[in-house]
Amino acid sequence: MDRFLFLTFDGLSRGAVYAAFALALVLIWRAARIVNFAQGAMAVATVYAGYSVTNATGSYWLGFVVAIVGGLVLGAAVERVVMRFVDHSSPLNGVVVALGLVLIIQGVLGMIYGNEFLPAPTAFSRDAFEVGGVALLSRYDIFVFASVGAVVVLLTLLFTRTPTGLRMRAAAFAPDVSRLLGVPVGGMLTLGWALAAAVGSLAGLLVIPTELGLHPTAMDVVFISAFTAAVLGGLDSPIGAVIGGLVVGLLLSYVSGYLGATVAPMAVLILLVVVLLGRPDGLFTRARTKARAA
Amino acid sequence: MTIVRDRVATTLHALPGKRRINPILVVVVAGAIIVALTYTLPAFRTYQLATVGAYFCVTAGLTVLTGLNGQLSLGHGALMATGAYTLALWQNKFNMLIPGVIVAILVTTAVGAIIGLAAARLRGPYLAGLTLAVAVVVPSISSTFDGTFNSDQGLPVALNPPPESILVEQWQAWVCWIAALVTVLALAYLTRGRFGRDMRAVRDDETAAKLAGISVARTQVLAFVVSAACAGLGGALFAVLSQSVSPGAFPLTLSLFLLMAIVIGGLGRLVGALIGALLLVALPAIAQEIGQSAGSQRLEGNLALTFFGVVLVVVMIAAPGGLTSIRLRRTKTTRTRNELKQKGR
Repeated sequence: MDRFLFLTFDGLSRGAVYAAFALALVLIWRAARIVNFAQGAMAVATVYAGYSVTNATGSYWLGFVVAIVGGLVLGAAVERVVMRFVDHSSPLNGVVVALGLVLIIQGVLGMIYGNEFLPAPTAFSRDAFEVGGVALLSRYDIFVFASVGAVVVLLTLLFTRTPTGLRMRAAAFAPDVSRLLGVPVGGMLTLGWALAAAVGSLAGLLVIPTELGLHPTAMDVVFISAFTAAVLGGLDSPIGAVIGGLVVGLLLSYVSGYLGATVAPMAVLILLVVVLLGRPDGLFTRARTKARAA
Repeated sequence: MTIVRDRVATTLHALPGKRRINPILVVVVAGAIIVALTYTLPAFRTYQLATVGAYFCVTAGLTVLTGLNGQLSLGHGALMATGAYTLALWQNKFNMLIPGVIVAILVTTAVGAIIGLAAARLRGPYLAGLTLAVAVVVPSISSTFDGTFNSDQGLPVALNPPPESILVEQWQAWVCWIAALVTVLALAYLTRGRFGRDMRAVRDDETAAKLAGISVARTQVLAFVVSAACAGLGGALFAVLSQSVSPGAFPLTLSLFLLMAIVIGGLGRLVGALIGALLLVALPAIAQEIGQSAGSQRLEGNLALTFFGVVLVVVMIAAPGGLTSIRLRRTKTTRTRNELKQKGR
């Protein structure tokens, strides 16, 4: 039972990160109908940037801020410089270009930093508090919950309470009408990519120290898990992404805890197959959006 | 209705019927050139030539799947791993190469059929995501069942030495190129016939294909199976070439490299697959030389990676005309959406 509790909290903490990363995927899907396969590589790139700053200045938080701002800049740049010029008449084109970006980013990172695992710093201790003799949560887990929760709340406020959020939704939902009404549709798209990449960077910052460390391919498996989470929740649904993330996190935690860590990637693949074949539109997509997603 | 009829008509007329070169002739000439090359090139170049042949098997199969049938697979690196590991296990037990290669192809075909059954129900990013997951996850299986696959160290591949009258590299090049030419010949006939027509029809418009009496799912699964068999063969050849298999030899980037190889030469064209296979061997070699002359180890592998990425992005953006064959299913919905978007921007 103790072990089960520990695994549950560990899974929720991991799941929170997947939720953030899945949220980033959903943001771009809603804005541009593209699954950003370069999301993982982009996040790794910004975490490397943060790592350099942290090493140079000795301040974790400065590196943290640099990584998040780097995410904003990189996301906007990828949309403005690359994705805008892709012919989206076939959904394959966007996917292939994103995969090209993965190669470029991983190649450049490898050239600058080398292909060894670098130790990634954490802001808080990962030693778990003991409650009644049971190790439950570490300071780091609380930090993860707090930052992912903050992101979810801020994004919800942005999209439901602010004029900019309304414009972004309008630009994604009905570009023609939005343009007629004076919404800068292209600008909103760029903003969407920037926000999504920044959220992806946050997820990278949170998850990389808990895994093997910094490596150009560090986010490959995380990407798969987050993609599974996003598909589980329905690519159109931010709430679905968050719930999907938590579900995937729990599943991974239980599987690694009870069956062994090497089985975990298999479990993700099986879950993805089951979801895709059983309910490809996800659990939280409404009928209206389903038709659009076709 | 007229739209549908027109589409079927264009699909039928788009057959490569005008200037048909007999594939057997091409294969015989190519075989002669290869044999001549194996006697003239130095040993290391012959080895590289053999590697081109092994890659060619895979890229030829993949370009048929993606270019002619419109299914994007990022999982072919994993299918190659399946073929390679099957051959390694077989060789270490029985040490009979030709039956081993056949078993490797059969096993990979079976795995491909499973993925293909799932793939036939998926479209666009969903299919890409699933096959990407396969590519990332499958190498980790070697750690899950380390008793059989020996984790990250991988397995050696037992091979009988070739006859003494020829060099090992020469023998390798012959084995790889016999396999490659047979594969390409089979694919050339397969894609010229009814099956190729079905694949193109399904790629261009699923509804129209259905109306024309083509079973969409069956065509898609078959295309995946054929292409998986080619990947299994390619993987088995790699096991023969390196005489060992390990998960590190089949990373996600391998699958992305294969994608680059078929995109750069024009999707759906076997000649394009050959160009891609050549580049897959040549570019890393050049990058390695640049890296060595610059005295930087970091440059060696990563320069090729970056270059392949740039090629993918640039080709997809600058020359989408060369990639018209990639027009996906659901043309109608994507088209209306695209029109909306164009108006919108």
